[in-house]
Amino acid sequence: MNDRDDSGAPEGLIYRWFLSGVRGLVQVVLSQAVNIPLFVLSVVSFALIPIGVGVFLLPPVLLALRALANQQRAWSAAWSGVAIPVPYRPEPPSSANPFRRLKWLLTDPATWRDVLWTLVNVPVGLLLGLLPAALVVYGVEGVLVAPWVAMIADYGWGPFWPLSEWGAVGIVGSIVGGVALTAAGLQLGPRLLRAHALFNRSLLSPTRTALEQRVQELTETRSETVDASAAELRRIERDLHDGAQARLVALSMNIGLAEQLMKFDPEAAQKLLVEAREASGTALTELRDLVRGIHPPVLAERGLDGGVRALALSLPLPVDVEIDLPGRPEAPVESAAYFAVAEMLANIAKHSGAQRAWIDIHHANGALKMIVGDDGLGGADLDAGSGMRGIERRLAAFDGTMVVTSPQGGPTVVTMELPCALSSPRTLPSSGTD
Amino acid sequence: MRVVIAEDLALLRDGLIRLLEAFQFEVVEAVDNGPSLLRALTTHRPDVAVVDVRLPPTFTDEGLRAALEARKEIPGLPVLVLSQHVEQLYARELLSDSSGGIGYLLKDRVSDVSQFVDAVRRVAGGGTALDPDVVAQLLTRRAREEPLQTLTPREREVLGLMAEGRSNAAIAGKLFITEKAISKHTNNIFSKLNLQPAEGDNRRVLAVLAYLNT
Repeated sequence: MNDRDDSGAPEGLIYRWFLSGVRGLVQVVLSQAVNIPLFVLSVVSFALIPIGVGVFLLPPVLLALRALANQQRAWSAAWSGVAIPVPYRPEPPSSANPFRRLKWLLTDPATWRDVLWTLVNVPVGLLLGLLPAALVVYGVEGVLVAPWVAMIADYGWGPFWPLSEWGAVGIVGSIVGGVALTAAGLQLGPRLLRAHALFNRSLLSPTRTALEQRVQELTETRSETVDASAAELRRIERDLHDGAQARLVALSMNIGLAEQLMKFDPEAAQKLLVEAREASGTALTELRDLVRGIHPPVLAERGLDGGVRALALSLPLPVDVEIDLPGRPEAPVESAAYFAVAEMLANIAKHSGAQRAWIDIHHANGALKMIVGDDGLGGADLDAGSGMRGIERRLAAFDGTMVVTSPQGGPTVVTMELPCALSSPRTLPSSGTD
Repeated sequence: MRVVIAEDLALLRDGLIRLLEAFQFEVVEAVDNGPSLLRALTTHRPDVAVVDVRLPPTFTDEGLRAALEARKEIPGLPVLVLSQHVEQLYARELLSDSSGGIGYLLKDRVSDVSQFVDAVRRVAGGGTALDPDVVAQLLTRRAREEPLQTLTPREREVLGLMAEGRSNAAIAGKLFITEKAISKHTNNIFSKLNLQPAEGDNRRVLAVLAYLNT
């Protein structure tokens, strides 16, 4: 905003005043035409919660209120340099449920401060918005209009009312007063706007410090991570118990039996041994699949680069792979990244109907950026299966994020970011997959 | 036939030595890490090497890299790579120099002793032994494409066995049909896939693999 830079020059002064006057008037209109209806609507919707209607009515009203508040936050920063962070809690994954949605909104203290702001801003916005323009307009009137009109009509200005009763004192007083008021208005305009911004900040900024919010976030993601890894361990235990372990028991039984039969029925013994070999093969296959699910060997051997290339090769459609990583991330991050890409590729193979897919992985600005796209049908929904949300949670444990754009008709593009550092470069053999 | 073995687990290494010696192979050296494998391969120049992918010191793909390195120095050095898991990525790297004498099998396949020994001999003779799992992955990947769609189920079966590196005679034996019928099938496959007819089992296998690998 250059209106704050060119200070000093009279044109700059008038220009800045003009801007603040117009902006103030915008605030006046909003404070009356938007704040009043929104406040009334939110009170009415809240009152209607007991009979049910409010459950559906209140969230859109509160969200509209947030939009208004966010607009004020943006203007406060842009017009007066008063930064107001957005205080709202993130939307929970289950917000499709109206009651959960309502609970999410009502338990957020920022909602209540928004409502309070909506009410208080009705007079405050009116006053602070009107003053920059009004001071100057009234001051100019005192100089240019009042003295002359008073000659032909019953008219006055400020304390000199009607002006005709005050004689020369009134005329001089009106002109001097008008000049003073105009000068004050020109100077005060931007400051009054800033005062409004500061008022906004008092109600619209977060009450908790950033640190407290961070602690809250970490607590949530940590408990999710702990839950997820506990569930993962249970699954592995069950797979081992019902799979490989059971097969090894059957195997040793068969071998024991074959040992007994060897002497008097070698043929039956041989049959049992063939069976035993087959059972060992199945057990090995199951173990291999299990290991792949825990930590794929190719990831351990070749890192994210080789792991993702191997994944791409296993897909039944052509995948363009672009990977530019000068080193390897920490093992847990690498694993999270690998499984995120694996899940996206599995979704493409299962649901997208795509003819082609592409992967772009690189490291920039201290984060691993992974983009997976396809030319399929689109319409991918984060909440359709647990898969995408699971990945989102897994990434969140490392402060990672995931953004899905998937309009009906495609294309689908998933962008994931994981903050991490890369270890020192390590030479890998060229993989020749291009 | 002179063999070099690379396997870090003593139990498996001794098992492989015993198995191969029982079939009249001469094990000239058995090593347990990548650097000594590279040295053993270049000094002994064996008829065939049986190599585990994962070896010390890094426990990553040390064995595979040593084998590829050795083949750069001694082109066509026959290497049979064993692994707990098979990856198309590795199969590509092994087959990329298209000079034959390559095997890539799951470790479990060792339990079928005669098949395994047959694979070792095939690789030593400059042939190919590709794990059925790798071949299945290759075929699934191209399954949606037109040329493969036009193959009959029997032709697809023959294609799979051919990609594993088996000779006509071996495929005939496995499918219980005559060698003549097999060569009819292979001719059909080659014309449907638009491949140049190639003479000899091994060159045919390489042509098929080159097709599936692109």
